[in-house]
Amino acid sequence: MIELHSISKSFGNHHVLKKVSAVFEQGKVNFVIGRSGSGKSVMTKCTVGLIEPDLGHVTYDGRDFTAMNLKQRKAIRQEIGMLFQGSALFDSMSVEENVRFPLRMFSSLGEKDIQLRAAACLERVELEDAGSRFPSECSGGMQKRVGIARAIAMNPKYLFCDEPNSGLDPQTAIVIDQLIKEITVEYGMTTVVVSHDMNSVMEASDTIHFVHEGSILWDGDRHQLLQGGVPELESFVFASDLMRQVRQNQK
Amino acid sequence: MFHVGRYMQLLSKSFRRPEKARMFRELFVQELESIGLQSVGIVALLSLFMGAVICLQTAHQIGGWIPVYTIGFTVRQTMILEFSPTLIPVILAGKVGSNIASQLGSMRVTEEIDALEIMGVNSASHLILPKILAGVLIVPFLVIFSMALGVAAGAWIAVATGVSTLADFEYGMQVDFRVFDVAYALFKTVIFGFILTSVSAYHGYYASGGPIEVGRSSTRAVVWSVVIIMVSNLLITQMLLN
Repeated sequence: MIELHSISKSFGNHHVLKKVSAVFEQGKVNFVIGRSGSGKSVMTKCTVGLIEPDLGHVTYDGRDFTAMNLKQRKAIRQEIGMLFQGSALFDSMSVEENVRFPLRMFSSLGEKDIQLRAAACLERVELEDAGSRFPSECSGGMQKRVGIARAIAMNPKYLFCDEPNSGLDPQTAIVIDQLIKEITVEYGMTTVVVSHDMNSVMEASDTIHFVHEGSILWDGDRHQLLQGGVPELESFVFASDLMRQVRQNQK
Repeated sequence: MFHVGRYMQLLSKSFRRPEKARMFRELFVQELESIGLQSVGIVALLSLFMGAVICLQTAHQIGGWIPVYTIGFTVRQTMILEFSPTLIPVILAGKVGSNIASQLGSMRVTEEIDALEIMGVNSASHLILPKILAGVLIVPFLVIFSMALGVAAGAWIAVATGVSTLADFEYGMQVDFRVFDVAYALFKTVIFGFILTSVSAYHGYYASGGPIEVGRSSTRAVVWSVVIIMVSNLLITQMLLN
């Protein structure tokens, strides 16, 4: 479980996060939704330590991440997998080398075991035949799946996904959503997905946190989401005709 | 001052023990190839032509009471004292420096550096330290190679054009030869190798935005590397030769 306790972050006079508190539950896909510029990416970066919060603290299963020194943080980070918006695969390495990278860097496994583990991860994302390709030779959906394979290589306890469906067609997006949902259950991970794709939210979310102007304005699940709540949430969720029709049908 | 402070912080972050010695060795060897072997062609080309041109220009200037062996002496001194140790690193700042800055800049904007940090990898040590060490180690060898080629090209053109005999040229090469000059040149080279790799890495590592910014960081890397190399050249020369 990951907990944020009154996290605040400002850049100059711009207060991006204002005393944000949230709980991301283990074994569940926890969505963070909100408009562009609402602060959800900064919130994620504060959670994983890429940005230092000005105030507040973050705990991973009760361990205060913000109070840790570099060495202690490094240990926690080896329990974290992250899927980036642009996949962030290492261009100079093949798909298999990308998946092997964290294993070679941190595990005590021999080369043969590393190879077996990488092959298993690639098989899990149905890319067993793509190991020798380079990221530039892969489609957007394949790159995301390689990103997932790399993220789960070290058996992480926590998985962060930043806009996992951006730039993907609806069918591929659903494949990625389902994959994230399945591996969350398989690995018993605490998964945090940052997104503003409502299809994805309806497909894969267990819990939802709505961020608006640097604060969490609402949280609940997808069934509660359709019932609305606060006006800002309603205008975000029901911005499209499709979602308005879904609500209409629910009524 | 902001940049000086941040550059120092980056260096301190870079000079940490690598996570895995085996991976560090692999990266180091890759950098030796990228910075060293892949620069041999341009270094050879420039050195050959510069050695030949210095020879012809010296031959054109001397006459009357100035002995012919001065040609060999001038080619040797120019190549050893200034052309090879200073201009070769300047050329490398353009070739290798822009490559380092654009590589790190691209990794920054595509979040590859963030990916390393999330995994718990010290990205500065992992990406920058092999480049700096490879630069410090390989640039002196390139410079020695340049010195040898430049002097050889000078000798060849002197004989081929008839401005000097090989014996006069060789005599000039040996006149007043001081090992200290070579040591001074190689000392400069080590410093310049450090500057061109670390300054370029700094500009690439802190690139932000998109491809245009990566291009700008690459340009800044070359400009600042050249400026710092030139200023350091003056300071080192003042300290060591006067």
